[in-house]
Amino acid sequence: MPKMTMVQALNLALLQEMEKDDSVIVLGEDVGVDGGVFRVTDGLIAKFGERRVVDTPLAESAIAGVSIGMAVYGLKPVCEMQFDGFSYYAMHQLENHAARLRWRSQGRYHVPMVLRAPYGGGVRALEHHSESREAYWAHMPGIKMVIPSGPRNARALLVSAIRDPDPVVFYEPKALYRAFREEVPEEEETIPLGQPQRVREGGDITLIAYGAMLRPALEAAAELKQKDGVEADVIDLLTISPLDDELLAASARKTGRVVIVHEAPRSFGPGAEIVARLVEKSFFHLEAPVARVTGYDVVIPLFSREKHYLPGAPRIVQAARQVLSA
Amino acid sequence: MPKTRITLPDGIDHISILDETGRLDAALEPKIDPEVLRRLYRVMLLARRFDERLLSLQRQGRIGTFPPIAGQEAAHLGAAAVLKPDDWMVPAFREMAADIWRGRPLDSIIVYNNGFSEGGRVPADRNDMPIAIPVGSQILHAVGIAWGMKYRNTRQVAMAFFGDGATSQGDFHEGLNYAGVFELPVVFVCQNNGWAISIPRTRQTRSATLAQKAHAYGIAGVQVDGNDILAVYAAADEAVARARTGGGPTLIECVTYRMAVHTTADDPKRYRSEEEVESWRRRDPLARFQGYLAAKGLLGEADVRAEEESVAAEIQAAVDRAEEQMKQMGDPRLMFEHAYAEMPPYLREQREEFVRSLETSEEAADA
Repeated sequence: MPKMTMVQALNLALLQEMEKDDSVIVLGEDVGVDGGVFRVTDGLIAKFGERRVVDTPLAESAIAGVSIGMAVYGLKPVCEMQFDGFSYYAMHQLENHAARLRWRSQGRYHVPMVLRAPYGGGVRALEHHSESREAYWAHMPGIKMVIPSGPRNARALLVSAIRDPDPVVFYEPKALYRAFREEVPEEEETIPLGQPQRVREGGDITLIAYGAMLRPALEAAAELKQKDGVEADVIDLLTISPLDDELLAASARKTGRVVIVHEAPRSFGPGAEIVARLVEKSFFHLEAPVARVTGYDVVIPLFSREKHYLPGAPRIVQAARQVLSA
Repeated sequence: MPKTRITLPDGIDHISILDETGRLDAALEPKIDPEVLRRLYRVMLLARRFDERLLSLQRQGRIGTFPPIAGQEAAHLGAAAVLKPDDWMVPAFREMAADIWRGRPLDSIIVYNNGFSEGGRVPADRNDMPIAIPVGSQILHAVGIAWGMKYRNTRQVAMAFFGDGATSQGDFHEGLNYAGVFELPVVFVCQNNGWAISIPRTRQTRSATLAQKAHAYGIAGVQVDGNDILAVYAAADEAVARARTGGGPTLIECVTYRMAVHTTADDPKRYRSEEEVESWRRRDPLARFQGYLAAKGLLGEADVRAEEESVAAEIQAAVDRAEEQMKQMGDPRLMFEHAYAEMPPYLREQREEFVRSLETSEEAADA
């Protein structure tokens, strides 16, 4: 099996889906000749031509809005927002239309589009290039919100997202684009949307994370084992919405202690929803208050201070010890 | 370096074929089959009378808020009339005559405006989008649909409708810009009715016309008398033909007037004069078209009376049908439908919770 970066794995997903289905088209700013500023769409224009790999004028609302029209017409557009911070321009099209056309037309139309965007910190970029606002999209009924955590699941989830009949916002953790390689099978692989995965088995504490925060959570789990003799159950959400709480609640019932990790700001963040679900479904099994290790409720600092904002393994370990000692 | 002058397209055609006094520019008169003319008249009359009936139903509390179309029938019907059935119409929310022309059942309009989403269902044999309320946002969908048509080489055309207020929105600019860059088969029909609720057209833009904005995107633009169905038809016919043959998009500005309220929640007396409304009453598109058909010998007084009776009966039947349908439409559980292709587990749980709360309150009511 070839070892790939997340960029290569995402590229493979696009390439194979485009080969398989001529209704899949890629559009966005610099996705064609330039291959995307992170090179996720590299080489696609050479293979499929500018009919299917479209460099658009610079307008995110239009990229989203025309994708909705294409999708209603029967294409499967995969559009790119160059950075998370610019995806807000597209928000009204997704909230007002992509999320609702199935309902508004009473099932006559649906919007099988994917809106990809790199998200999160870690690349020493300018303002608006390091945001983690997945809660905005997860709050929209009708939208699916997906975040992979490694090359292999990125590829499998993107294939699922492209084939999904509903609109999917696909946030790619840009800090992981080239951070490590994984074996990614050449043959087709999908992961159903809406299913979290247990990535480490343990009975003492539950760590819930996703995207770029999965690795610090796993590092924390390793340290907890080594230094505290504690076995952590680590769950990778993969799909933020629709959030399936079955596995989360089962793990919480098993361990009674939970830490949730995300780089998004804390208040009204995904962690808040997860806590609420755990309270509803596993409250009487909880031995300690659920802890959230998250970004703070501020603008994510420019990169000189960014590492203090982003949760890392030490903060997760600290929170876990507190939860374990409560 | 000497200062040079860049030559740009200058000026915009204004088309008027049948004026308010009944004078006809025979050279520009579109050749429309008499049968089509009679059908257009019937739909225009039906839409006018249905609009009046909806207003009365609203005042009686039998439907909710809705946006009347009176005065704008020619501006949207004339444009939609040139579409083929498999072309796509992408409406805003004041295109009822076009909607009826395209085959939307009257009862679905009543049902929708009485708060039942069921009325928004688009019949499977019509390629039309449901209404879009956020102003101008639907323009981009028409562009995307037209993109699909070009991609599939189907020779179909997409037609987007919007008002003068929409031309101030970013999505208008972005949509026309994309359509121009990619030479898409789309026609943009702006029903410039002079008012975006209380904001006059002069407060939307300093441009002398809305049509001239086409120049900025390198696409065709034309202004027409929007109360003259022949002018609207002729301009739309040319635009649709251009789009269908690969000539790219067109912006058509139909200068018209909203005779009634913005919606039934609006009071236009707060922002415009009765004299202004009166001046537009003399330019009524229905009376003008009726005069044209009479002069052509296609519509006598007896025909008008017969058509009035026929549309009144059709409207009454639709009201009866809608009220009958709505008796069966109360099931609140249906609010959980059509969120996703498959209902996620938590939504199923919410629906179950809702059903339990419903049963509990019914039991309490029975006790």
